[in-house]
Amino acid sequence: MKNLIILGAGTAGTIMANKLNGLLDRNKWRITIIDQSKEHYYQPGFLFIPFGIYQKKHVVKPAHKFFPAGINAINSSVKLIEAEKNRILLENDSVLQYDFLIIATGARIAPEQTEGLKESLWYKEIFDFYTLDGALHLTEYFKKWRGGRIVINIAEMPIKCPVAPLEFAFLADWYFTKKGIRDKTDIHFVTPLSGAFTKPIASKAFGNLLDKKNIKLTTDFSIGRVDNQEKKIISWEEQEIPFDVLITIPTNMGDDVIGRSGLGDELNFVPTDRHTLCSEKFNNIFVLGDATNLPSSKAGSVAHFQAEILTENLIDAIGQRPMKAKFDGHANCYIESGFGKGFLIDFNYDTEPLPGKFPLPAVGPFSLLEETKMNHYGKMMFRWIYWNILLKGYRIPIIESHMSMAGKKKKTALEL
Amino acid sequence: MTTKDLARDADGHLANYKEWTEETAKELAAEEGIETLTDRHWKVINLMRKEFIEKGDAPSIRRLTKESGVDTKELYSLFPKGPAKKAAKIAGIPKPTGCV
Repeated sequence: MKNLIILGAGTAGTIMANKLNGLLDRNKWRITIIDQSKEHYYQPGFLFIPFGIYQKKHVVKPAHKFFPAGINAINSSVKLIEAEKNRILLENDSVLQYDFLIIATGARIAPEQTEGLKESLWYKEIFDFYTLDGALHLTEYFKKWRGGRIVINIAEMPIKCPVAPLEFAFLADWYFTKKGIRDKTDIHFVTPLSGAFTKPIASKAFGNLLDKKNIKLTTDFSIGRVDNQEKKIISWEEQEIPFDVLITIPTNMGDDVIGRSGLGDELNFVPTDRHTLCSEKFNNIFVLGDATNLPSSKAGSVAHFQAEILTENLIDAIGQRPMKAKFDGHANCYIESGFGKGFLIDFNYDTEPLPGKFPLPAVGPFSLLEETKMNHYGKMMFRWIYWNILLKGYRIPIIESHMSMAGKKKKTALEL
Repeated sequence: MTTKDLARDADGHLANYKEWTEETAKELAAEEGIETLTDRHWKVINLMRKEFIEKGDAPSIRRLTKESGVDTKELYSLFPKGPAKKAAKIAGIPKPTGCV
């Protein structure tokens, strides 16, 4: 019996389990999936919780419900990956040998990386919304909000779902307008980037929208520390920004087990071949999702597209054939912009988000890099697609794992 | 040929890192408002070039601080407003691709 182990049962790991279950000969292969959590989180939903759009019940389900029948699921944390010996050490010191390993251990927020972030004001006047706990604490805080300064700060890049902080700002604008206290609420978006977003054309479009919504933008701000007494964030260059409530997107890091096992970079992300998704060090280890060090977005859609490529390449690797499938960095993200509208962006390693129609050229129904009601419905519909199609490893009709130029208009930032 | 004549990419960085010389670095630094390049600046610039040539990408700030022994605070005082980007420009290499 040969062994395939999947580390992590989040979006990426669960999709891989479902895809490979149907492809590998079950008389020859045992598939094992390992995760420390018994619950599966719909992470894109966390953003909506503080604004009362979703509740906990919408974003949490038992993880085992999404595993294929007959898979060996282990609920445990992992002590060590011994890649040289092709084995995994579990928390209780039991040893699991593998022929192939898929690392899908994700990324986590690491507030402890910034001085003063996780101190006296943590979950009192400083919150994250990248964890369920953070989102739920913030929900309670916002219920009592009567106005003041909201500062949204990205500590450093890369972060999971790079558009989520912008969506948070747009939704906050909508939410406090609806509550009738927008005029008493300052919203200030503070980023280490040189614009509202990473890619020039999208950055321009979102920058304009922040302006239109009267959300203040401070760029090139790299947080050095938080002053909990004076309630301000201070950059490495001693620029100070005061807040009444700080919404932080802390440094993101890969799982500690990656660091402990000597498989990661400075942030515990695993060096991965950008096209084959094979580990740069071990040819029987594949990596996907947020756990990689790739310059693609850390997002569920990316994990979904990578899963198709990884599956093909893994099957080739098992058959000792050269790997042919190449990941192109494809990402596809719905962006909530408040007041029942949204954006959609579709891009890859080489092509930045462009305007146009998606997925059908000229027809849509979704509009790229443009604010429409239909894009908002797409985002709302996506939760259903996630639980019912995406996690099960099915293909989403019409949407290809490689980015398509069809329907996109080539433009430059200056034309917008 | 002076630095002004060298081809640049969309970010204003040198299009071809091989055209870079130490003189170029001084002129690029002046464009960024850095008048004098000290030994500490050079430590960072040389590391940037070495990493880029070896790995095909400029190192992140975290990697820079770990490898150069120049801490984050000092890095920001040497290359104000985004040390990774600014040091990459002066080193004649493209903007780090780390952020998406």
